[in-house]
Amino acid sequence: MKRMIWLPLIALVPGTAAQAQDLGAPVGEGGRVERIQVAPTEATDGPLRGTVTDESDWSDIGIAIPAFATDRNRETPANAEGTGALGREIARVITANLRNNGLFKPVGPDSLPAPSFPQITSPAWTSWSGRSAEMLVHGYVQARNDGRLVVGCYLYDVSLQSELVREGWVVPPADWRRAAHKCSDVIFARLTGESPFFDSRIAYIAETGPKDARVKRLAIMDSDGANHRFLTLGSATALTPRFSPDYSKILYLSYVDGNPRIYVYDIGTGKQTLVTENRNPTIAPRWSPDGRSILYSMSVSGNTDIYTVPATGGASRRLTDAPGIDVGGSFSPDGSKIVFESDRSGSQQCYIMNADGSNQRRISFFGGRCATPEWSPRGDQIAFTRIAGDFNVAVMNTSGGGMRVLTKGWQDEAPTWAPNGRIIQFFRTERNSGRSGIWQVDLTGRNERRLPTPVDGSDPAWGPIRP
Amino acid sequence: MNKKLATVLLLASATMLAACAKKAPEQLPPPPVSSGGEQTPAPTTPMGPQVGSQEHFRNAVNGQTVIYFDLDRFNISSTSAATLQAQAQYFAQYPQLTFTIEGHADERGTREYNLALGERRANAAKNYLTSLGIAPNRIAVVSYGKERPVALGSDEQSWAQNRRAASVMIR
Repeated sequence: MKRMIWLPLIALVPGTAAQAQDLGAPVGEGGRVERIQVAPTEATDGPLRGTVTDESDWSDIGIAIPAFATDRNRETPANAEGTGALGREIARVITANLRNNGLFKPVGPDSLPAPSFPQITSPAWTSWSGRSAEMLVHGYVQARNDGRLVVGCYLYDVSLQSELVREGWVVPPADWRRAAHKCSDVIFARLTGESPFFDSRIAYIAETGPKDARVKRLAIMDSDGANHRFLTLGSATALTPRFSPDYSKILYLSYVDGNPRIYVYDIGTGKQTLVTENRNPTIAPRWSPDGRSILYSMSVSGNTDIYTVPATGGASRRLTDAPGIDVGGSFSPDGSKIVFESDRSGSQQCYIMNADGSNQRRISFFGGRCATPEWSPRGDQIAFTRIAGDFNVAVMNTSGGGMRVLTKGWQDEAPTWAPNGRIIQFFRTERNSGRSGIWQVDLTGRNERRLPTPVDGSDPAWGPIRP
Repeated sequence: MNKKLATVLLLASATMLAACAKKAPEQLPPPPVSSGGEQTPAPTTPMGPQVGSQEHFRNAVNGQTVIYFDLDRFNISSTSAATLQAQAQYFAQYPQLTFTIEGHADERGTREYNLALGERRANAAKNYLTSLGIAPNRIAVVSYGKERPVALGSDEQSWAQNRRAASVMIR
């Protein structure tokens, strides 16, 4: 009797364990940040003209970012020394955000006097204009009785002595960095006229170990590298993650059952499911812009084609049928078209098709190969890996014209876009050692930097701006 | 001429062995008879490698467990064909064995393309073995793309060693 009950249980358990054997603890996603009205700046007699910024030289704008003030220093789980010290930390985060990628020339709180709480809405103009700062960021942080933090953020034009923008947020203490990122986004958007991108996250593959026994783990972090988490344990190779547009799920490839297969990993619950129940290997997962469908590539008897499947499951539809390798794919922002790579012409080149697979046509006709194309969130550019001996990150317009090579590494591979379409992320592999790191470059190609990660990194994929 | 003849003989012997296997009782596995044609050491020696172990397989095919490919190619060269013929003979001799062909690429391709290319190479090797009479359901295929290099340099010599399809016994 007992045996009859036990046997099916034993049969079930290994399957479940095998599915989850490489997963770490799930990590919840913060969700929406609450916005609040903050007090307006006190009236001044300064001239009331609009912004003085000129897009051609906003990268040279000097911005002073002193410590955020607090009305009274209170305890907060966000900082061991209380809200006063936290205000300085917030200003440091904003300074680092604006400095990286050569966006501006910010001066941070460690070399500036700290304004008092009343001065946040009534800046000491003369002392700031004497420091040759064109722009001034002020802000405050208050701990509410319920433990939550109120963060106010103000951007001033020093020469005009006027407020350019102000915003405020209420965040739980654990999310204080999000308030700093939101403030960075407000400043960036106001000064450049571009869409924001700092309050976003990056999924990538963390790499350790020697070249012939590399451990590859799924990991996530904030756009500045903070709040880093490993999501898999490393016993199975993980590759090519992609955040869903609402951050609730990650698509990625795992060898957890011994074969390359795409899984849909739910970040909140820590559960994962196969993208499609099929015995064939599945690779190169991508979300549609609305998150409702998933692109993947599947090899059947060695022939790889691109398929689409509803994100909620169901029947897959094959989009390509060329003999050879059709792989990857990236939707246009309106979801109507897909750019993908194919070697149907003899070498890797980039093609565009309609979202239903019709009207497939090659767009890359320059020298070298075109691989891993990714459509910009702004819609006008396609980033890709250009293979011409070395690998370089390049962009082209959606007809394949205007090709520009942005990087000069030995192997710069797999570009993905920041949510605002201004910065491109990729991974750079070193010759011989195989060491890899995550890099960012702006669309001019002039500003390139390595994103700090605790260990080596590859396959970076940016999620959208957070709500 | 010679090569063709050898191939025909191999095919013939493979077919015969496969035919023998079908008639064999389901009780399995018949103790391997050290036939005159085999140059391998008697596998039944308690000290030697077990039948079906990677070492036994490697010894039987004179170390030729791996075939190699040209850059971005997946066709079976004449050298690779000879290697696969030796493998086919082994698998025909031990019809109870199943194995995996691991497809690999060198580091000069992008990651996702290389996963697809490794799949293509492993399937090319599988198809060749199938054409020599090995049942397809005995052959599993997996691609590792450029994720598992054996040669660690970033030079032509290392890349040539990494563009490979390796036959690995399933225990």
